[in-house]
Parts: sequence; C-alpha cells; structure tokens
Amino acid sequence: MVALIPLLPFLGFLINASVGRRVSKSVSGAVACLLMLGAFGASVTAVLAAHNAPGRFIQETVFRWISSGDLQIPLAFRVDPLSSLMILVVTGIGSLIHIYSTAYMHEETDAEFARYFSYLNLFAAFMLVLVLGSSFPVMFVGWEGVGLCSYLLIGFWFRKQSAADAGKKAFVVNRIGDFGFILGMFLIFVTFHTLDFQEVAWRVSTWAPEIAVGPATIATLLLFLGATGKSAQIPLYVWLPDAMEGPTPVSALIHAATMVTAGVYMIGRNAVLFQHAPITLAVVAGIGIATALMAGTIGLVQNDIKRVLAYSTVSQLGYMFLAMGVGAYTAGIFHLYTHAFFKALLFLGSGAVIHALAGEQDLRNMGGLRKALPITYWTFLIGALAIAGIPPLAGFFSKDEILFRTFAHGNRIMWIVGLLTSFLTATYMFRLVFLAFHGDRRHPEHPAHDAHPAPDAHPAPDAHLHDAPPAMAIVLIVLAIGSIVAGFVGWPHAIGGANRIERFLEPSFEAHQMAPGEFQVIEGRASRQPRVELAAGVEPAVPGSQAVDERREIELMLLSVAIAVAGILVAMFFWLRNRAAATRVAYRAAPIYTLLLNKYYVDELYDATVVQPIKKLSTLLLWRGIDAALIDGAVNGVGGAVRGTSAALRRLQTGSIRAYAASLFLGVVVILGWYLMR
Amino acid sequence: MEQIVFYVLAAVALLASFGVIGQRNPMHSVMLLIVSFGAYAGLYVLLDAPFTAVTQIIIYAGAIMVLFLFVVMLLNAHTEDDMVPATIGPRTMKIGVVLSLALVGEVAYALLKIARTDFGTDAGTVSSIKDVGHIGSMLYTSYSFAFEVTSILILVSMVGAVVIAGKPRKDR
Amino acid sequence: MVTLNHYLILSGLLFCVGTAGVFLRRNLITVLLSVEIMLNAVNITFVAAGRYHGSVDGQIITFFVMTVAAAEAAVGLALVIALFRHRETLSPDAFTSLKW
Repeated sequence: MVALIPLLPFLGFLINASVGRRVSKSVSGAVACLLMLGAFGASVTAVLAAHNAPGRFIQETVFRWISSGDLQIPLAFRVDPLSSLMILVVTGIGSLIHIYSTAYMHEETDAEFARYFSYLNLFAAFMLVLVLGSSFPVMFVGWEGVGLCSYLLIGFWFRKQSAADAGKKAFVVNRIGDFGFILGMFLIFVTFHTLDFQEVAWRVSTWAPEIAVGPATIATLLLFLGATGKSAQIPLYVWLPDAMEGPTPVSALIHAATMVTAGVYMIGRNAVLFQHAPITLAVVAGIGIATALMAGTIGLVQNDIKRVLAYSTVSQLGYMFLAMGVGAYTAGIFHLYTHAFFKALLFLGSGAVIHALAGEQDLRNMGGLRKALPITYWTFLIGALAIAGIPPLAGFFSKDEILFRTFAHGNRIMWIVGLLTSFLTATYMFRLVFLAFHGDRRHPEHPAHDAHPAPDAHPAPDAHLHDAPPAMAIVLIVLAIGSIVAGFVGWPHAIGGANRIERFLEPSFEAHQMAPGEFQVIEGRASRQPRVELAAGVEPAVPGSQAVDERREIELMLLSVAIAVAGILVAMFFWLRNRAAATRVAYRAAPIYTLLLNKYYVDELYDATVVQPIKKLSTLLLWRGIDAALIDGAVNGVGGAVRGTSAALRRLQTGSIRAYAASLFLGVVVILGWYLMR
Repeated sequence: MEQIVFYVLAAVALLASFGVIGQRNPMHSVMLLIVSFGAYAGLYVLLDAPFTAVTQIIIYAGAIMVLFLFVVMLLNAHTEDDMVPATIGPRTMKIGVVLSLALVGEVAYALLKIARTDFGTDAGTVSSIKDVGHIGSMLYTSYSFAFEVTSILILVSMVGAVVIAGKPRKDR
Repeated sequence: MVTLNHYLILSGLLFCVGTAGVFLRRNLITVLLSVEIMLNAVNITFVAAGRYHGSVDGQIITFFVMTVAAAEAAVGLALVIALFRHRETLSPDAFTSLKW
C-alpha cells in the first residue's frame, strides 16, 4: 500500500518513456498528472493511517533486498510524521507543477513533451523513495535517482550547449557530495552494524557517549558533505544557479521545493545521530548561515530573473541548515515546508513571465507587466511577501521560528547574520518584483535571450504578452493560497497558538526502542508498538524548550518584521522611485559590485584549482599513459603478435606440389619409424 | 629352380623400376614400366595366381600403359623442363634422397623382424588359389558389394576424365 | 626356398623406389608412373600374403586395386592434360598459384 506512493509515478515514467511519443500531448500529460494525483491520494491515505497507528508510524517492507550476514537491508518504506509531511509536499506540490507544465511546455513536440513528463514522473518516484526509505541504502537509491533526474531535466534541451554543460556540472558536483554520503554510510555500518534509521538512532543513544561521539561526528560530517552537494551549500552549491538552464517548472520542483531539500530531510531523519555530534552541528549551522549570507549578497545584483530565485533558494536552504545546526529540527522542516510553497510559487510565476515575454529572462528588459499579467503579478507579490517574512504569511512563521531558536541557542553572531540575511532577502526579492512588474516597459536593445527554444520563435517580443493560461493560473493561485495559510500550523505559543507542527513532528526526532529481533523482514504492512523510552542519562533528542520567556519571543518577532519591512522599503526606494540611485551606488562601489555580479569568482576558482589540474592529469596519465599506451598497446599487441605469427607460419604454404609431397613423405617416415620403435 | 626364376624376375622388376624413375625421356620410362609389368606377371605365376598374372598384363600393360603412351605422345612430353625454375633447391633434394633411404631402412628393419615363413605346399590349397572359377564365385558372392561399387567408380572416373580433359567449352 | 620374406622384401624395395620417384622427378607423367610402381608393389604383397594364408582374398583385393588404379590413372592423366593446356609445361613446379 505504501509502496504504491512511489510506484504510481514510476508507472507514469514507464508509460511515457515507452509509448509517450506516439500519443498526443494531452494523453501523455494527463497520464503523468493523474498518476501524480493518485500518488497524492495514496500519500494522504497513508498519512492518515500512520497517524492513527500505534506509535504514529507504519512500516511496510516490500521485499528482502540485501541479506548477507550482518547486513540486512529490506526494501522498506516508513511513514512517520516527518516522512508524512515530506510525501505530502512532494506529491502535492509535484502534482501542481505537473499540471502547470502541461501548459508551459505545450510548444514542445509530442515526443519531447512525453520525454519531459517521463523524467518528471521518474523524479517524483525517486524523491518519494528517498523520503520514504527506512534505511540508508534505500534513501541512497532515491538520493542517486533524483540526482540522475536532475541531470536529465536540467539538460532537457540538450542541444543547447549551456544546458548540457549545466546538467553535467550538476551531476558531477552532486557526485562529490554522494561520495561523502557513501563514506558516511560505510562508517555508520562499521560502527553500529546496522543501516536502518531507527536502529542507528537507538544504538547511538544507548551507547556511552564517549564511544558514540567520535564515529558519529565523522559519519555525520561525511553525510553532511553529501547534503551540501544535494542541497547546494558551501562548498558544493555551484551547480544550482547553472541549473536554471532547465525548464522553469523543473527549477520550481527540483531546485526549490523538493530535491534540494533532501539534505535537510536527511539531517532531520538522523536527528538523533546528529544530536550526538555537536561539532558537526556547529559546522552545519556555520555553513548554513554563511551560505545564506553569501547567496543573499549575490542575489542582490543578478540580472536574470531565475538566477535571483536560484540564489534565493540557496540562501533559504542555508536557513534550514542553520535551524538543523542549532538543534531546531522542527523549525528547519517547517521552513522546508513553507518554502516549498512560496518558492515554487515564485518560480512558476517567473515562468509565467518568461512565457509571456517569449523567452526573455533579463530583468533589465522587463517592467510594467503589472497591468498586463494581473494574476501573475498578484500571486508573485504574495510569494514575495511570504519569503520576505511578512506576517501572517507562511514565511514569517517558519523564518521567525528559526531566528528565535538560533537566538535561544545562544549564538548571537549567527542570529545577527540571520537578521541581515533576512533584510537582504526582502530587498532582493522586492527588487525583483519592482524591476519585473513596475515602472515602464523597457524593450530589449538586443534580441531576446532565448532560454526557451520554441520552434516558432515570436518575432515581436510582446506578441505573446498574455497572462498565464488556465492550467498555469490555477496552480499559481493554489500555491498563493498555500503560501498564505501554510504557516498557520506553526503558530507559536508566544502569540497564543498551539504550534501543532512541532508537536506533530516531534516523535520523528526521538529515538525509539526497537528490541532486536522485533525487527524482522516480513512482507506487507507491519506496524509496531514502540515504547518511547529514552535510556537514562542520555540527553533528550529534541532540545527542550529553552528558558527564554515568551515576552522575549514577541520582541524578537517584531524585530524580524521590522527588518523585513525595512528591506522592502529600501527596495522601494532604489527600484521603484529612483532607479538612477541604484546605478550610482553600483558605480561607486564598483569593485564590490563586480565581485557580487561574478558570484565571488567561485566558479573560476574551482575551475583553476580543481578542474584544470584534473583535466591535465587525466590527459597525461590516464589517457596517454594508461589508455593509449597500456591498453591499446596490449590489444594492438595481441593483434600484432597474431599477425607476426601468421606471417611466419604461412611460409609453409609454398605452392610447390613437390614440397607438399616431401612433407607427406617426411610424415610417413616419421610415423613408420615411431611404430617400429614401439 | 624356382629360386632362380624368382631372382631373375625380381632383378628385372627392380632394375626396370629404377629405370623408370631414372630415365629422362618419359617414353623410355613408360616402356621400362611395361617391362616391369611383365616381370610382375611372372612373379604372380610363381605365386600360383595365373588369373592375376593375366589380368596384370591385360589391364596394366594393355590398357593403362597404352593410355600413358597416348598422353605422352599427345603432349609431346619431353624431358624435364628446365625453363621452369625448380621450387625445391638442391638441399631439399638431398633431403629427399635421405628420406628415401630412411624409408628403405625402416622397411628393411621391419621385414627383418619377421621370422622366416614358408609357403604352404598343400596341393588342395594351391588348387583353390589357382582356380579362376573360385575367384569368380568369391567376387560375385562375398565381395559383390565392392564389385558393384567399383563399377560405379569406373563410370565416374570415365565421366570425370572426359570432362576434365575435354576441349574447353566455346562459351567460356 | 623362396619364402614369404623374399616377396615382402621385394615389394618393400619397389615401394621405396616408387616413393622416391614421386618426390624426385620433375615431370608429371613420370610422377604418375611412380605411383603405379607403388601400387604394383602393394599388389605383390597382397598376392604373396594370400598365397601364404592359402586364401584367394589376396587376388581379389589385387583385382580391385588394379581397377581403382586404372580409374585413377585415367583421371590423373586427364588432369595432366588440363594442366598442360594451362601452362604448356609438365613440371609440377609451374603450378604455384596457391603460394602465400
């Protein structure tokens, strides 16, 4: 039953991959969307069932995958509060994006359309495997799978060189992170002799801290390396901005709402393990907030609408990691959930803009679209307000929770940087809004940068200028509503709420006792009654409420709102009222401006220090040395040896009859002699 | 008496054979071979096989050698053609000679190992061997299959010889 | 007394003579003649052995050998004629097309 959740999209992949190109677009699109909606329905059913099950979880084993002595890995799916939330987000927002895509991609050919949807469904299937997996290897299958689909979808328009390059970059950088993940997985197995999440959590919390901390720290650091790759943090974030080469719905789904959150989810899944590695947590928080700040500064000056949103995603992911790092796992996941709504909304809105402008993505060539694209404008505005953190929209609750927790954790510097990043977020987001939608329409001096190679490119840039078609508009509206109300589940206690989401997610971040032997591999559904006991002497997995009174919390809340409003006002000044001022500031601070515009030259740095040396080494050693000289030499050598031998042997064939007769004669003599000797 | 005849006939056969392989002119070789066939026929008579002796003369000397003669005359075969360069050098020729002598030695060695065996002189045996009627009846009863197959073989070789040696077809 | 051994030695010698002729001569017809010598040597062996065993089988085999020798001589000479037409020579060394 639970297995149906990833299975339905996978079925969609199979159908669209095999026969999709021979059917019309409406059929292949309908298949994909219906199966996603089916997965959503299955998710809802599973979530309700899990909620009512004892222990608040369902575990379902599909089959015994690996069974080798100590290493027992069943292909098992586990629906507990954390994964419930994730599957609802993935299937829900995934379905919406599928529906949106049917309109956005309508200019593609039937075959390309089907290919797109097959990849999209495959991605959903893998992502669901990732979040439903009950053990590291199953999660890793999903982890790798979404990386693959990311590559396929980024490079969807593979005939364009930049898109193909971006896909490769994403895959390679991800791979580096995956290497860390694998090593972490190995270390965990060697230390704890199990790879099941629950088992690991239980064992790490029942062992004496001295022996648990060392391996836990190293393993979690390695796992975090994987997370930086998948979730685009320093140092492996460089692929995400380039990934904007893919179609906009892909950017919305994969690089905003779901795939990039896999790293955050992974840490949440292993909360107990990470809790026993305080050094790693400090690293996570540090890198998270540093990335958030860095990305925020870069996003401030980018000119491509999708790049701004990409850096915004990196920045918000930094926030989530900050939350995980200070132990506020629920806050991090809460922000993941709200971010999915408004980031998807923002991306899809930008997609509507790009679609209306027939491929134009440069902010400097937009403006004045407020009147022409009303639905797009208003939903986009809601998304921008949400991400800036204006109450009562969703982003406010989650972001504020994170900042509060950071403050309560005691780390004042991080809190201040967080506030600064929050200010930057509001600023760059509203810069985007004002540049794109307000003011006068600025026409391009040069032909529109064709990010969207439609076969029938429109000659007049504004010829296509109409608001989003129904499929896209409905999705935008649904997401806008979500961005408004989604935060209410996390209404904090301080202002009278029940903070339901925290109570809901809490069980996922605790260690539950599973007596060994209870954990058997049986087919079908298995729900257990765990006894929620934490071994004595071990610190609780979830940090208890710190002793900061609620009055402080309200003060901090007001402070964050004020910062957000300040950011919006700054944006209004520079990009609504007085555009020239912005140019002047950029002029005066030209070095800083260039630095930010070129993304701190990180890509160039990586290229010089990593890529070029590897290339040279590979060329000299691996290619010339081993491949050409050794392997080719061996293979050609065999051929040469055969040739030489045959050249020598064929001299037997003299063509002279008498020579043949002579050899016959010789044979007779020899044989006769041999018989005589015997 | 019988011994003398044997040795004479054997000498003739051997010398004629040496002559066959030694003579330059193929015509001479053919003639000498006919002489050796005559010697063989005599030897057969000594071995109480008159039918074989007669058959030898008729078939070998009478038919096969005539065929050879015809071909020699038809092709105007001369001595060995020195225009065509030999494909075997003198060294290989010497090896050939050595091999021949080696074969001789081996055969001699083998034969010397056989104990002295006399022929039986039983009159009854001799008469059964001599009897042509007996040969005929054996041919047509015990060896009838081989007989029939041989007849087909002859037919095939006749056709083959005509085809191979015939004039080249005009339409080639 | 002429024994079987005498005949065997004789035929052995004749066989060797024939073999030497096959190898050493450079005229195709002479080569065929040498083959005939070899066949005849074998015939003598058969008849002598048949006489020794007191059965008529030796002669019957000889009969067949002669027949086959005739057939073989016919076909062989036909081949010689065909080859001669090709190259105008009877030397076996002229036919080296199958050289590597």
